[in-house]
Amino acid sequence: MIVAARAILRKDLLIELRTKESVPAMTLFTLTVYVLFHFGLDRDSLDGELASGVLWVTLLLAAVIGVSRLFAAEREQGGIEGLLLAPVDRTALFVAKAASLFVMLVMVELVALPAFGLLLLGPGLGGALPELVAILALANLGVAAVGALVAALAAETRARELIVPLLLLPLLVPLLIACAQASEPFLRQDQGPEDLGRWLGLLTLYDVVFVLLSVAVFDYLLED
Amino acid sequence: MYSKGLKPLAVATVASLAAAMALVFFYAPLDADQGFVQKIFYVHVPLAIVALGGFVAGGVMAVRHLRSGDPSWDVRSYVAIHLSIILGVGVLATGSIWAKASWGHWWLWDEPVLVSFLVVFLLYCVYYPLRFSIEDPERQARYSSVFAITAGAFVPLNFAAVRLAQEFTHPRVLDQTGGSLPGEMRLTFLVSLLAMALLFVTLWKLELTAKHAAMQLKKLRRRLDARVAA
Amino acid sequence: MPALPLDEAGKYVAGAYVVFVTLIVVYVAIIGAKIARIDRELTELAEDDE
Repeated sequence: MIVAARAILRKDLLIELRTKESVPAMTLFTLTVYVLFHFGLDRDSLDGELASGVLWVTLLLAAVIGVSRLFAAEREQGGIEGLLLAPVDRTALFVAKAASLFVMLVMVELVALPAFGLLLLGPGLGGALPELVAILALANLGVAAVGALVAALAAETRARELIVPLLLLPLLVPLLIACAQASEPFLRQDQGPEDLGRWLGLLTLYDVVFVLLSVAVFDYLLED
Repeated sequence: MYSKGLKPLAVATVASLAAAMALVFFYAPLDADQGFVQKIFYVHVPLAIVALGGFVAGGVMAVRHLRSGDPSWDVRSYVAIHLSIILGVGVLATGSIWAKASWGHWWLWDEPVLVSFLVVFLLYCVYYPLRFSIEDPERQARYSSVFAITAGAFVPLNFAAVRLAQEFTHPRVLDQTGGSLPGEMRLTFLVSLLAMALLFVTLWKLELTAKHAAMQLKKLRRRLDARVAA
Repeated sequence: MPALPLDEAGKYVAGAYVVFVTLIVVYVAIIGAKIARIDRELTELAEDDE
């Protein structure tokens, strides 16, 4: 299974590297949304809860773009049938797609996070970096698992572009809650008291539930 | 097949609903803080609990469907979810009225039941477009079941997350849903909950009966048409 | 906010319960209509068959 997963992952990453479609678009999107928030909120700098909220909502909206395009390569080249004809374990497909989404999110965040620090964040990012990275890692895992599942669910419906955001965003609400609450102390002027354990715990629970669920259920999708 | 037991169930439902109403208006004491308005609690909260239970039950039936491949489980799951969505409209409406009556606003972010219900409701509304945008009936059933399971697992997680977030930022204001109810209120609440649950099961069976009859009719008509053609 | 006086509160409480009852009644009515239609089509079919 690992071999198959790695092969699919490699193919996806190579396609992304060559075509440079999803990641630049997602990154550009986050920067644009920062600008929107600047004008919409009429603020030069944000801190604390507001900063946390803006950052996470922006990242999640960018994730929606990535999820919509997750099976795009297969669809455009008629690859889905090909994948299904080959004796590929559905779990391998799920792992590969989730991993691919994870990697894309990391690449987007490598730009989006410093950009946030530059454009909108009042207090600096520096001191909080290790904790933020931990939160991001757990968050990306959750988004990757749920995103791959939603992408597969919507893969063969006609109204794909509509269904993905409507399905993905409510499902991500607990993740958003945990991440926003967890990050908030680190984005404040006075890096105040933290409740990190509780929110990381919720995030981990979310990740565990959805990874297990997606793996269990993925077999029933994309099957013919 | 589904109509077995429907009549006694309906009778039990009406009886318990009547009992619940009687308890609410003649037995349960007036709340010290909210006064008469608190009576809405006895319809809003049981409705919410039953609707959420319906969503989770729909998920469980979806699991049976995927494991057995028997399409009748998918129909059961669909009706449970469909009914819960309709009850969900009632939850949001009664919750909103309660908020307006107690706090002067038509919406409250402080009530974890109401807020997490909004998220769940928004999620389940996607069930219809997802389901009906897939043409192949077998695939439609399968994908719907996957959704039902995912969303069903989501319901408790979401409730926990919303509640955690609110404990942290807003102290509980409409703290009615805990074990902190005095005896008479608790009895009234439990009877209301029972009545609501019976109502759900009765309506569920009722719709299943209608659906089943419609399917049998379609089958019969097709067979008769084939015979005429031959 | 202090508790509403009984007459005002009564309107809200009545409103909530009316919403609930209306929802149920409408739902049952729709299913009733569906069943009536099935019944009608069944009789048609039975007549056609004769």
